[in-house]
Amino acid sequence: MSVDKETVKKIANLSRIAISESEADALVPELNNILGWVEQLSEVDTKDVEPMTAVIANKLRLRADEVTDGSKRDKILANAPVEEHGFFAVPKVIE
Amino acid sequence: MTESKYLIQGATGDWEVVIGLEVHAQITSNAKLFSGASTEFGAEPNTQVSLVDAAMPGMLPTLNGECVRQAVRTGLAINAQINKYSRFDRKNYFYADLPQGYQISQLYHPIVGEGVIQISLDEKDPDAHGKAIGVERIHIEQDAGKLMHDQHPTMSYVDLNRCGVALMEIVSMPDMASPKEAAAYVRKLRSILRYVGSCDGNMEQGSMRADVNVSVRKPGDELGIRTETKNVNSMRFIQQVIEYEAQRQVDVIEDGGTIVQETRLFDTDKGVTRSMRSKEDAHDYRYFPDPDLLPLELEDDFIFDCKASLPELPDEKRARYKNVLGLSAYNAAVLTAEHETARWFEELLETSEAPEKIASTAANWLTSELFGALNKMGVGIEESPVSPAQAAELLGLVADGTISGKIAKQVFEIMLESGEGAAKIVEEQGLKQESDTGAIEKVIADVMAANEDKVSEYRGGKDKLFGFFVGQTMKAMQGKANPQVVNELLKKVLG
Amino acid sequence: MTEIYELGIAAIRSGVADGEFTATEVAETFISRVSAAKELNAFLVETPEHALAAAEATDKAKAAGETLGKMAGVPIGMKDLFCTEGVTTTAASLILDGFVPQYESTVSANLFAAGAGMLGKLNMDQFAMGSSNETSAFGNVISPWRRNDGGNTDLAPGGSSGGSAVVVSARIAPAATGTDTGGSIRQPAAFVGITGFKPTYGRCSRWGTIAFASSLDQAGPMAHDTRDCAIMLGAMAGFDPKDSTSLELPVPDWEAALNSDLQGKKVGIPKEYRVDNMPAEIDALWQQGIQWLKDAGATIVDVSLPHTRYALPAYYIIAPAEASSNLARYDGVRYGLRDLPDGAGLQDMYAATREAGFGPEVKRRIMIGTYVLSAGYYDAYYTQAQKVRTLIAQDFDNAWSQCDLLLTPTAPSAAFGLGEKSDDPLAMYLNDVFTVPSSLAGLPAMSVPAGLDGQGLPLGLQIIGKALDEQSVFNAGLALEERAGFVAKPGQWW
Repeated sequence: MSVDKETVKKIANLSRIAISESEADALVPELNNILGWVEQLSEVDTKDVEPMTAVIANKLRLRADEVTDGSKRDKILANAPVEEHGFFAVPKVIE
Repeated sequence: MTESKYLIQGATGDWEVVIGLEVHAQITSNAKLFSGASTEFGAEPNTQVSLVDAAMPGMLPTLNGECVRQAVRTGLAINAQINKYSRFDRKNYFYADLPQGYQISQLYHPIVGEGVIQISLDEKDPDAHGKAIGVERIHIEQDAGKLMHDQHPTMSYVDLNRCGVALMEIVSMPDMASPKEAAAYVRKLRSILRYVGSCDGNMEQGSMRADVNVSVRKPGDELGIRTETKNVNSMRFIQQVIEYEAQRQVDVIEDGGTIVQETRLFDTDKGVTRSMRSKEDAHDYRYFPDPDLLPLELEDDFIFDCKASLPELPDEKRARYKNVLGLSAYNAAVLTAEHETARWFEELLETSEAPEKIASTAANWLTSELFGALNKMGVGIEESPVSPAQAAELLGLVADGTISGKIAKQVFEIMLESGEGAAKIVEEQGLKQESDTGAIEKVIADVMAANEDKVSEYRGGKDKLFGFFVGQTMKAMQGKANPQVVNELLKKVLG
Repeated sequence: MTEIYELGIAAIRSGVADGEFTATEVAETFISRVSAAKELNAFLVETPEHALAAAEATDKAKAAGETLGKMAGVPIGMKDLFCTEGVTTTAASLILDGFVPQYESTVSANLFAAGAGMLGKLNMDQFAMGSSNETSAFGNVISPWRRNDGGNTDLAPGGSSGGSAVVVSARIAPAATGTDTGGSIRQPAAFVGITGFKPTYGRCSRWGTIAFASSLDQAGPMAHDTRDCAIMLGAMAGFDPKDSTSLELPVPDWEAALNSDLQGKKVGIPKEYRVDNMPAEIDALWQQGIQWLKDAGATIVDVSLPHTRYALPAYYIIAPAEASSNLARYDGVRYGLRDLPDGAGLQDMYAATREAGFGPEVKRRIMIGTYVLSAGYYDAYYTQAQKVRTLIAQDFDNAWSQCDLLLTPTAPSAAFGLGEKSDDPLAMYLNDVFTVPSSLAGLPAMSVPAGLDGQGLPLGLQIIGKALDEQSVFNAGLALEERAGFVAKPGQWW
């Protein structure tokens, strides 16, 4: 499985990272180099092996249904690049 | 539902419609699914937001046990398989209402597996026209925040109050064949959720909304290609979407086109669906297990406790009303459709030592008198100005002959306005029914004396005049005479 | 008398407790060391006021006769991956430009509660992605070490906790926090001749630590020696209900139980770690380490971890996959950088912001991660990698039937020169060949400085232990340390 320039552009778009044509060109061999290397995993026989889900045996704890947070709009908005009337503001979205 | 099959008449013949629904129901909880912020509706923007909801760097999710409990209870209520092992996955996409850049959901291992919901198209006799709709799965996921587009000419505003509120996604099988069936399914699902208490079912506030999957086919053919219309938030719109989509798809196919599997939006103003295909291209959600959360493993005790906490559900209750209380199929259906109505009815019955005896009368009164009054007032039963105990008092006065059914209506009117008890009203306004034969006989004598000509006519064979004498007697007694006694006495004296 | 700045955690703590010097004197000493070392570029933010305030609190507590915390009077450096309330935190990335957290990470809060002060936020590889500290958006950190060839080549301090390694090695801070995803504590510790410890996954809360790869990230101490690491980890670790993967277990008193007598302990030597092209000096040091452990009473056994060679490729699928999702939140909406080109819509703003904000290595890993999770590739890459990860963990479990600990080199080479490997991502990734397997299995592991190579640069030995058995790792580390007698220090040229 190797990637071409179109795939690189698609991945960049899915990742929301703008790339130029020349960057896309440069990324093709770079990503293929890495992907080619990780593909050696396919030679491992993993029949009947479960994928790892928890690295150390541990149980998912359930939290009590109590309101313990919120009411901190100032802290939530403190780092906002653009804040308007208590909202985060972004360029207008047309749905 | 064999009668009057829903078909689209196309140029090439009849078409069937196949419908599946994905209902997103907000789980009733105080705090959000993965944070301690409140879920209360209608707060000032961004005041019910934790650092976790805002996806600040380094923030981590912790699971609200109540949301798990409610999802399991819902699953049990539709006789579904409960998965003791489930897991949370990340659904990755970028949008301004999704701070993490992913929604935590359950794709690969949902908490609830297959179940079933019984629906009916016939309110009058649900058992005769029932249909089982399969539920494929229920999973738990986070809601997104809210974008507002009309506050500023060039900017959209982001409010994260809803962000992270727990939802159940209830995915049906493609088992519905008409807009009416779809509506009946949503109505029944909503009823069950409200009985269970896992969702308030409030569609106006967005507590319930549906993604509507529609495809068409010629009878007997394989399933057609479906479209998914997102976020439809009323029963009426769900039906409109189905009608519109089915017709549109038939038109496309008959014009030689093909249906594309795609996501569509419903334009509520124009009543049409529109393709969102432009946005669709980039969708590749890259689901993978959320490494911030471990697999969710449920103990038998937990599931047992969920089961034990379930109330009597609408289908069981309806059967009991019919079979034990002896209600008509219609009354049983109407009284159990909403858990508030059933609760009200049962509170009324509880005041009696022999509930079976008053059940039918109470059911008739509730479905006609009370519903009529509440409808006029435009309020639900939970806001009824008359309490079940007050209603029981009123019905008791009719049952023991203190007042007539007609006077009862008058008393009820006064109760609605004043909030006073029935006995007190009857007493103060002197509405008590006269059953004393002596008093009635005296009035009858007066009536006969004043209408000698009519008496002769009656005795001459004009039977129809009997009603006239009843009317005159009742009128003279301001309607308070016991009509049964009046009838008997009149028959006796008129001969 | 030894200069205060030469002292580690234990010595400062007892000096303060015994009244040899005040915590304020200690803080002032290190604050002046910080300001004199700008050339090393180890700090992104200096916070002398924080260190002084903590010191004053300690001095007051002492005067009042109160019990002092485990870290009382010790000013430390804080890796910039830990969110610190009111102090700019960027993970060395432009995308978090100007971000001031309104909260304190659990680990830093625990350290402060134990009496530690903070000298400043430390430079690192951007989002902890790197093995040389060269991916920082704010310039390279320069190792204080130099080759003995008379040249003045600037050397990499290792990464990603490069700033942490440098400040401890150059005695600018007595200790520093690190984080380890695939070796980011151990490899830089080895490169600069200090001790670094990665605990069992789940010992230290990840709450408030900027995520790289959630299933691998663990915080840990970087300090002069084993004892200091044991003290500091004791202050950092602990159950945190805010982190679902945090272990609900008491924190043992590792310091109190330190014991370098390894009688009865079996130490495994995994044959698969004898990789091709391993420098002879490293192999020799490894053999020396075996002798030291024997001398301490341990039995040495040969063991096999057959899937070792697949650990790095599995890691370079799993870590980028998790990172691609973890870093999606940096979108210019709620904090950090926003790049909004004229007339751009929301999605354009995302792409422009992330283009401008992330460095090349971060972008590379996000794209690799996005690709391996994308439709059609998920099973072949991600699922397969997680299955291989299961096999790697099973390898360790099998080894534990034969031994209690493993001894390996920490890194396949000594420190390299800045720029020598930065053009070849794969060559850089290979630096973590010995540290990644234990990360994938979530096991505790440490690097102990054990010797110098022919160029006079430090080399480290790694000890890996069973899950939750930090104590055995510390004990073996102490045994090595006592026998290695590593005292070499970089000359102060800055």
